[in-house]
Amino acid sequence: MTLVINGETVTVPDEVKTVSDLLAYFRLDNKLAIVEVNVRIIQKHEYGTTALCDGDRVEIVHFVGGG
Amino acid sequence: MLKIGPYEFSSRLLLGTGKYPSLDVQKEAVEASGAEILTFAVRRMNIFSPEQPNFLEQLDLSKYKLLPNTAGAKTAEEAVRIARLAKASGLCDMIKVEVIGCDKTLLPDPVETLKAAEMLLEEGFIVLPYTSDDVVLAKRLEELGCHAIMPGASPIGSGQGIINPLNLSFIIEQANVPVIVDAGIGGPADAALAMELGADGVLLNTAVSGAADPVKMAKAMKLAVEAGRLGYEAGRIPKKRYASASSPTEGMSVV
Repeated sequence: MTLVINGETVTVPDEVKTVSDLLAYFRLDNKLAIVEVNVRIIQKHEYGTTALCDGDRVEIVHFVGGG
Repeated sequence: MLKIGPYEFSSRLLLGTGKYPSLDVQKEAVEASGAEILTFAVRRMNIFSPEQPNFLEQLDLSKYKLLPNTAGAKTAEEAVRIARLAKASGLCDMIKVEVIGCDKTLLPDPVETLKAAEMLLEEGFIVLPYTSDDVVLAKRLEELGCHAIMPGASPIGSGQGIINPLNLSFIIEQANVPVIVDAGIGGPADAALAMELGADGVLLNTAVSGAADPVKMAKAMKLAVEAGRLGYEAGRIPKKRYASASSPTEGMSVV
């Protein structure tokens, strides 16, 4: 499946089916990450049930230093 | 105590977390500042290097309240989107509304700031807008229901200190919510002056992170904010045109 993650086209293996799978695949599952799929924010409790489809636009953001 | 919405803080110094020379220096500086509110920005994660250290993950979150900003937003809608992302972290409900209207001066867009504040208040955020030192705009933001007003001392990161103390004092005098002087602070004297003017707090970043010794400067800012506040509470003497002797003029032994 091909996704657009943070503006970049990325191909992920077929076993990545949900947001949870995606975070685990990139080893981000214990990071403080916030996920948006097709401009909809996915709450943490929805990670396991939010299915990803080919072409989905995914944003994965976090907190960085700022004033 | 500094009260913002439902929260109470004993420190009146709010610290930004950008541009420190290293994570270790940053940790020490945050500690030395005594700050209980730390600002952050929301940005894309580099998903290909998950091992990259992140300051927030090394922080004891029971000791600090996070104040994410909407930096990068140029419209109210963009600010609202960033604020929602920040809230989805489950770590915070306060938001520093920052909508920049001019790339060169980084001064806030008053119209978009007002709009963003209104939308975010409706969504239940604790809203702290970064604003210019415009007296009427500060009033309008308060009337909307903002939980604090954060006028700039001078342009972000400029270190020019308080350019318009008169306007700041007008804002402070008329406000019924905390006024936090945000942006432009250069040295401890600027922070102390803001507090002496009656500000409820000071938010700064570059003044500490860009100092030759950020840890020492963090401590200096902590003391400056405390000294300025004490001075304000103590009530300074009015300025006079001529001298007034401190020693008694009676009982002088004249030879």
